Amino acid sequence: MKRHLPLILMVLIAVGVQQLTRATGTGFYLTPLTMAAYYSLVIVGLCLLMGYAGQISLGHAGFFAIGGYLSAMLTTRDLTPYQDTPVLVLLGKLGFTTTGQDMFGAAVLHVHPWAACGCAILVTIIVAYAIGIPVLKLKGHYLAMATLGFGIIIYRLVLASPLFGEADGISEVPGFPLLPGLAVSGDFENRVTNYYIGWGMVALAMWLLVNLIHSRVGRALRAIHGAEDATNAMGVNTARYKLNGFVLSAVLAAMAGIFLTHYNGGIGPSEAGIMKSVRYVAIVAIGGMANLWGALLMGTLLNVMSLRGMFGSYDDAVFGLILIVIMLFAPHGLLGLSLPQGLKRLLKRGE
Amino acid sequence: MTLELFSQYLLAGVTYGIIYAIVGIGFNIIYNTTGIINFAQGEFVMLGGMTAITLTQWLPLPVAIGAAVVVVMLIGALVEILFIRWLDRPSVLRMIIITIGISILIREAALHIWGEGVRSLPYFVGNEITTVPVLGARVSPQVLWVIGVCTLMVLALSLFFKYTLQGKKMQACAANRMAATLCGISTRNMVTLSFMLSAGIGALAGCVMSPITYTQYDAGTGLAIKGFTVAILGGLGSSMAAVAAGLLLGLIESFSVSVVPLAFQDAISITLLLAILFFRPHGLFGSKDAAGLKEF
Repeated sequence: MKRHLPLILMVLIAVGVQQLTRATGTGFYLTPLTMAAYYSLVIVGLCLLMGYAGQISLGHAGFFAIGGYLSAMLTTRDLTPYQDTPVLVLLGKLGFTTTGQDMFGAAVLHVHPWAACGCAILVTIIVAYAIGIPVLKLKGHYLAMATLGFGIIIYRLVLASPLFGEADGISEVPGFPLLPGLAVSGDFENRVTNYYIGWGMVALAMWLLVNLIHSRVGRALRAIHGAEDATNAMGVNTARYKLNGFVLSAVLAAMAGIFLTHYNGGIGPSEAGIMKSVRYVAIVAIGGMANLWGALLMGTLLNVMSLRGMFGSYDDAVFGLILIVIMLFAPHGLLGLSLPQGLKRLLKRGE
Repeated sequence: MTLELFSQYLLAGVTYGIIYAIVGIGFNIIYNTTGIINFAQGEFVMLGGMTAITLTQWLPLPVAIGAAVVVVMLIGALVEILFIRWLDRPSVLRMIIITIGISILIREAALHIWGEGVRSLPYFVGNEITTVPVLGARVSPQVLWVIGVCTLMVLALSLFFKYTLQGKKMQACAANRMAATLCGISTRNMVTLSFMLSAGIGALAGCVMSPITYTQYDAGTGLAIKGFTVAILGGLGSSMAAVAAGLLLGLIESFSVSVVPLAFQDAISITLLLAILFFRPHGLFGSKDAAGLKEF
């Protein structure tokens, strides 16, 4: 029960913030807060990989982009020319396609968001395994450079492919109907609902991750971080744990990409850029590496500030400065330094 | 493919290849004395070009380039003294993140100082349309400048490491830091010197390539990736192997244009990097046993 105390606290804060914005008439804050919730999904996933398994990834924006772009592409591109191909006939029979009309009244055929989401996650899992098996054998600088290289390849591919809209990205992505009457979309009247959908997903992910790191898997991952050879000698299949941790964090990033794309109604190549990956790493570092709640708190705070435009044209510079200052003076994160001992202990217990 | 086209691709490949080699050597110099991969290496190249472009407003071209190299060397020393020197046995993960942070800060500072416009130095000889015939191809004289200056730098560096006391001290640090300290070499000063040296060669390369490749605030990241590919391809720590690997990568890239669109050029070289990392992490020319002893 005690380990779930921060989770309950988080839900209470989320509800409290929504009530506060309602009471003060500052509902416009809900949009950046919802977006920050989705970015937090990437961040807590990366925190599992970096903080607990000790494997750096400078390519997580790539997984975010795989999720977002595939989902956007499948739900917006007109598939009418291919409607007689066996794959689409099968999808149609299973009810995974939707038909509609474009602005000139011609019939168009799209893949249903649920099917697109499943497809995007499936591709992410395949890519994550294919990349993860060779990459995770590397250490230190080589691992950093290999994951960075993966991120750049994805960035170049989306930037160079007409299918993914090149420099313009993909826009007019439809909403994602999770259940009848409950859709992830940027519609003004659904703002509060979407705020709760976003933070509900974060709560779900946190519940999953907190339980995971307290299980056998979590202990194995932390042991790998401490001393990989020793862990291996103890009979733990370190390669498999690292790989599964990598795939899990990739899937979280892809889900964030999918939902944020449907929420924003579009996605552009900057979401796949190197600076995005570096930003995720920066936030995990400032949260204290092996501290899920710290990463979540800092991720929400910094993303909301960034999305509200508080850093102006110094946006990237702020994150670069944070990286240096934190790594020079407080390698255990900001929470390891400044918060009073009692609160720190409470947060530690949540790990 | 006609002979003219072939030599055109060949020269383009050699030009880019030698630039990559210089960046790769910059990585190697710092890696040898510190065991750090300096992710900000590409930014030194960009800073060299930008500083020289600004200084040409007041100074004649050769003086401006010389001054730019000195300025960037000082920046390199400053970076080392501020961010690296006083850290006590930092972990690799920590160093990676710090040097990435440094590269972002330099890039953003350049964005605010010089804006996002594309700039370039004037051609050293002639102008944009001057060409000289080489092997049946017609190339700008600037291409010969790039190849010439970079080759001279490589030669000068190998002489420096072989015949000067400072060079030998740096090699001693690379071979065994503890033993070097016991011989009375200040390893800390050698690290500062290595940052200055690699910043200097980066800056000079950034100046000579500026007229043909142009200089923009974010040019560093791409170069750093290529330079790292080259350093790994040759085997981390070996400068001559980096030159061979640099030329190889440059040629692969320039000839790949005849097969796939230009937009995928980076994807090709990075796929190559990944393939090398997976199958031969000790590099094409490196020794597996030697690599096993190093820490990454």
